[in-house]
Amino acid sequence: MNTPPTASELALCLCHSCGLSCDMRAGPTECERCGAPLHRRKVSSLTRTWAYMLTALALYVPANLLPVMNTTMLGSGADSTIMSGVLEFWQHGAWDIALIIFIASIAVPGIKFVSLTLLLVTVQRNSLWARKERSKLFRFVELIGYWSMLDVIVVALVAALVKFQALGTIEPRLGILFFGLVVVFTMLAAMSFDPRLIWETPHNKETSDDVTSH
Amino acid sequence: MTSHPTDTPQAPGSPAIKTRRFSVSLVWIVPIVAVLVGISLVVHSILQQGPTITLNFKTGSGLTANKTEVKYRNVVIGQVTDVALSDDQKSVNATVQLAKQAESFTRADSQFWVVRPRIGAGGVSGIDTLLSGDYIGADIGQSETRAKQFKGLENPPPITYGEPGKRFTLHTQTLGSLDIGSPVYYRKIEVGQVVAYELDAEGKGVNVEVFVHAPNDAYVTENTRFWNASGIDLSVGANGFALKTESLSSMLVGGIAFRAPPYSPNDKPADEARTFELFDDQDSALAPPNGEGQYMALRFDQALRGLKVGAPVEFLGVEFGKVVSINLDFDAKKRSFPLNVGIVIYPQLLGQAHTKLLKVMNHDPNDEAAGVQLIGSFIENGLRAQARSGNLLTGQLYIALDFYPKADKVKFDPSLRPVSIPTIPGNLEQLQEKLENIVNKINQLPIERIAGNLDSNLVELRKGLTQFNAKTLPGVQNTLADVSKTLQSASSTLAEDSPQREQLTQTLDELGRMSRSLRELSDYLGRHPESLIRGRPDNAAPLDLQGPPRK
Repeated sequence: MNTPPTASELALCLCHSCGLSCDMRAGPTECERCGAPLHRRKVSSLTRTWAYMLTALALYVPANLLPVMNTTMLGSGADSTIMSGVLEFWQHGAWDIALIIFIASIAVPGIKFVSLTLLLVTVQRNSLWARKERSKLFRFVELIGYWSMLDVIVVALVAALVKFQALGTIEPRLGILFFGLVVVFTMLAAMSFDPRLIWETPHNKETSDDVTSH
Repeated sequence: MTSHPTDTPQAPGSPAIKTRRFSVSLVWIVPIVAVLVGISLVVHSILQQGPTITLNFKTGSGLTANKTEVKYRNVVIGQVTDVALSDDQKSVNATVQLAKQAESFTRADSQFWVVRPRIGAGGVSGIDTLLSGDYIGADIGQSETRAKQFKGLENPPPITYGEPGKRFTLHTQTLGSLDIGSPVYYRKIEVGQVVAYELDAEGKGVNVEVFVHAPNDAYVTENTRFWNASGIDLSVGANGFALKTESLSSMLVGGIAFRAPPYSPNDKPADEARTFELFDDQDSALAPPNGEGQYMALRFDQALRGLKVGAPVEFLGVEFGKVVSINLDFDAKKRSFPLNVGIVIYPQLLGQAHTKLLKVMNHDPNDEAAGVQLIGSFIENGLRAQARSGNLLTGQLYIALDFYPKADKVKFDPSLRPVSIPTIPGNLEQLQEKLENIVNKINQLPIERIAGNLDSNLVELRKGLTQFNAKTLPGVQNTLADVSKTLQSASSTLAEDSPQREQLTQTLDELGRMSRSLRELSDYLGRHPESLIRGRPDNAAPLDLQGPPRK
């Protein structure tokens, strides 16, 4: 082995909270220094990621089907869903705005679902395939996570600003709540995922299994 | 289990035992809740979904899928989900998703119409849709049967279901300016409106359906007369101008007014859906009933320019009928073109004259033969029809029935229908005839001969004048010159300074003196008559006349 020994080989565990390398031979469950619980891997990472991602997926359906906001202009009200808004912008020639909304609101959550599923399945199969790329993919998922909140923020802003009584009023609808929850749960799923699992070899998989069962 | 025995105790074991009490991680509650929420949403929306109906409109104007709402009393009860052409492509089918609580709008007689801004003379409606866009108005029906297909109305129904009031049918000849929504007035107060109209079964009249709102529907009684209050009624009478109109709105969109005649005994509110006659104006509506009309034929030999259908027929100056037809005829025997004029008379309009006559004659108005006999006796007594000029300026004629006892006797044919009344020429025609006679006589005068005689006379006259000029005139001139000379000499004789005049003056002076002497003498003789015998004594003379003593 040319590589330096891993932390588990040296029976060391890094405290998540204060960063102290704890000696695990004594079997401590808490950090000696700050008292935070010690885990070699994130607690039940795969289960939680799966659960959060499935939640997000379940919420993704009403988020896209239910209207996200209601625009009342001069007495005529119209509910609009995310997709109808995109189509409306597209039909009016504002394809750039349509593209932004589409990417931020529909494509990004979709990409997240696909990416997380890919990561989860490969980790569970102890795949050695493209581990570096998968790691990059995870970082990308984490990065784009909060950008999906764009829609929620726009609706919140517009609903707060456009209050012209009879002339025009914009009100949020139930869909935006679900959409926000989708974003929150995908972010939770990404947070629950432990990227170190990507790098676990079948050799040290067994130990990690112990950990993930926490 | 582990490849590195030294590693195993390093794994924190106690939390693992703790979590293994659950076979499934608690975190799975989160997706389960999410799924449950999703399912509940689906169930909720299915439960909330009302019936779907299809409305058939002539045009899809103003209908937008997923935008146009269906409203009842301004509350949204559904939404148009789809707008598509009908199968025959002659109309538009709008699919409407009704709300759950609007289920009763599927009653078969529910009505749907598109509310759009309508600006008419009668008013403005649907102005809010100018900004908000059109919506579909709905009115709930009462039928027990349910339907999925509805025919959309082109115009909003003027009366909503269950509105208290009564509907009546009015029969008229033409619709005039009436329209759906035209107001109905009672004593100039709007109490209802026209809700429908249609041609009657034969197409010879119009049935107008009006709705009178409660409680004013009680004023529609069995004797009530309806009349068309559209437009302006300007009449010129002996009292001057009279302008009648119900309201500005009725001038523009027409209207109907009703009222019972002032004297209507035993009047009670009319039943729903009763049929009334719609009169043209108030006067004819409130006029006493015409009664049954009798058709009669008149035959005029002269042209009747100015006689029109509808011209009045008068009996002794009382209007009681009108002209209904004027037809030119050809008389084969006389080779002339007489005019056949048909009239209708309403004997009941003669009022008490009619009733008293019937009583005296012991006549039954329904006995036609007797009625004709009565007319025959009138004609025997000189009843004649005459076309008289009602207006000298416009030359309009009317038919006057009058008695002319001196008229030529005419044979009356009682079997003829309609009854024919003999005619006599009108006043103007008579005048015309007399003038014609005069002209004829003038025509018959031997004007040419007279003119010839006159001409020769004039020639002779001219000859005489020439002679007169040539011979007589110079003589006259000489005579005149002589006269002038005579006058000149006379004038010189009488001049101021002429000797003749001087002598004349002296002679006159002498005469004066002589007459004075004579007066003195007569005076003296009066006082002294003896002097005629004795002579005059010396002292006898008055002092003033005493001359110097002669002795």
